[in-house]
Amino acid sequence: MTLAEAIIARHAGRPVAAGEFVEVPVDFVLANDITAPLAIRAFRELGAKRVFDPVRVALVLDHFTPCKDVRSAEQCRVVREFARAQGIPHLFEEGRGGIEHVLLPERGLVLPGEIVVGGDSHTCTYGALGAFATGMGSTDIGYAMATGRTWLRVPRTIRVELVGTLPRWVTGKDLILHLLGMVGTSGANWCAFEFGGEVGALPLDDRLTVANMAVEAGATAGLFPPDEKVLAYLRGRAAREYEPVYPEPNADYAEVIEVDLGALRPLVARPHSPANVVPVDELGEVPVDQVVIGSCTNGRWRDLLLAAEVLRGREVHPGVRCIVIPGSQELHLRAVREGLAEAFLAAGAVLSTPTCGPCLGGHMGVLAAGERCVSTTNRNFRGRMGHPEGEVYLANPAVAAASAVLGRIASPEEL
Amino acid sequence: MIIQGRALVVGNDVDTDAIIPARYLVTADPAELGRHCLEGLDPGFPGRIRPGDILVAGENFGCGSSREHAVLALRGAGVACVVAKSFARIFFRNAVNLGFPALECPGLGGIAEESPIAVDLGTGVLRDLGCGREFRAAPLPHFILEILDAGGLVPWARRRGYGGEKGHGA
Repeated sequence: MTLAEAIIARHAGRPVAAGEFVEVPVDFVLANDITAPLAIRAFRELGAKRVFDPVRVALVLDHFTPCKDVRSAEQCRVVREFARAQGIPHLFEEGRGGIEHVLLPERGLVLPGEIVVGGDSHTCTYGALGAFATGMGSTDIGYAMATGRTWLRVPRTIRVELVGTLPRWVTGKDLILHLLGMVGTSGANWCAFEFGGEVGALPLDDRLTVANMAVEAGATAGLFPPDEKVLAYLRGRAAREYEPVYPEPNADYAEVIEVDLGALRPLVARPHSPANVVPVDELGEVPVDQVVIGSCTNGRWRDLLLAAEVLRGREVHPGVRCIVIPGSQELHLRAVREGLAEAFLAAGAVLSTPTCGPCLGGHMGVLAAGERCVSTTNRNFRGRMGHPEGEVYLANPAVAAASAVLGRIASPEEL
Repeated sequence: MIIQGRALVVGNDVDTDAIIPARYLVTADPAELGRHCLEGLDPGFPGRIRPGDILVAGENFGCGSSREHAVLALRGAGVACVVAKSFARIFFRNAVNLGFPALECPGLGGIAEESPIAVDLGTGVLRDLGCGREFRAAPLPHFILEILDAGGLVPWARRRGYGGEKGHGA
């Protein structure tokens, strides 16, 4: 069995094969300020009174927070009141929270070998820790909160064999953009990616970025077998006991793709598709108005370090607004303590409290017609960041920071 | 059950930001969401939708975010059914869970804008009444049909005995 099959099989209590429909217990359920209100509605329509286990539910108010208007505040109020009434301890709000997929691994709430379902498509992020984690809609989440169960179609698995190590200024973002360029935005629909081979050299933050964007290829999940790096990260952090699961040696893969990390270059995805990928040095002159560094894709420590390395002692181009958003309160505080905050602010960037805001055109960096942004986020669909005539280019944090300095999309090598 | 309506044709990779831009996700009211349905694709699109229309799409319809509001927007705008060459996984789950007809017809093509269409949800046969061509939807697994037959995940669960006066787990 593949890693996805092995995790599902353990939960189903019997062996499973790709294509099968199974009903399984879930280990953890999450939703955010956009998806939770609808999930709570489904929960009530079911006639449910109590969530299946209050400590296995997280409600993260991160998308439109700090609340951008009265209506988003009302949605947060619904979620907050539900959490209190249900005795759900993991209600995360600004000041003590962060972006769900940065925050929950940090708090040790999503663990190897588990099945995690979330009312957010980027729930697949936790595959980096060896969890079978997948995004669903609110009705599915309401059902899971009530019953502690869900239905799954066991995905076929595309195995990605990694060799080599990442060159300077190349990150997990470039690996997943490279894959997206190969398979397209639906090439992994109803499939799981399983990464193997020389995974050890890939930093955990990069793996989280890779797993995070598996859904941009349509994948149900993006999984890494949990190695010593993951187990070490979770030591003293894991909120529960867990048992890692690994793929079997004779697993049946739908496809095997080999990627030489050493041959990757910094890439960008042009508008309006994450699969519209080109090496940054083949892009030509593309001036930008805004740069966003953050999100559930690239708002982690290594991302902030790379951005700070580029921005420290330099100045954001006069024609550019640069917005840096650490993914959690813990990371924001660390950025202050370790001098990154000063580097960003001195360079002329904005340092925001954690929020999904600009990624989905919510707030904190919405584009006007004709404006162009290079962003470390995950989607560059038409209108994603605001006006439908705005443009978003996706890139890694070093490329985004270099672009902020030069006022055009650029590789840090140019500085 | 046979649904008859006018075809509204859209292309490949219509994402959920196109179906309902995130700035409208401050409500879950289908009527309000419906007023902005497919606005991300074309600001004039909501004005062109008439109740009972059938949306005819290409590959990977509904890709992107998990927002169930996308299905609510289509329903709120009066779209009776979506047929597509393929659906993104989460959108398809959401449609099933809300009992909204979404048929996958891999061979779909050549349907003209505003052409009259008949979709037989029982047999999965789609007929273009304008030119007489027929398309057949991929058969749905029994498990999915059971949920659709109940009218969605919530009524399906209740039919199986979930909930009731005391609620579950109370």
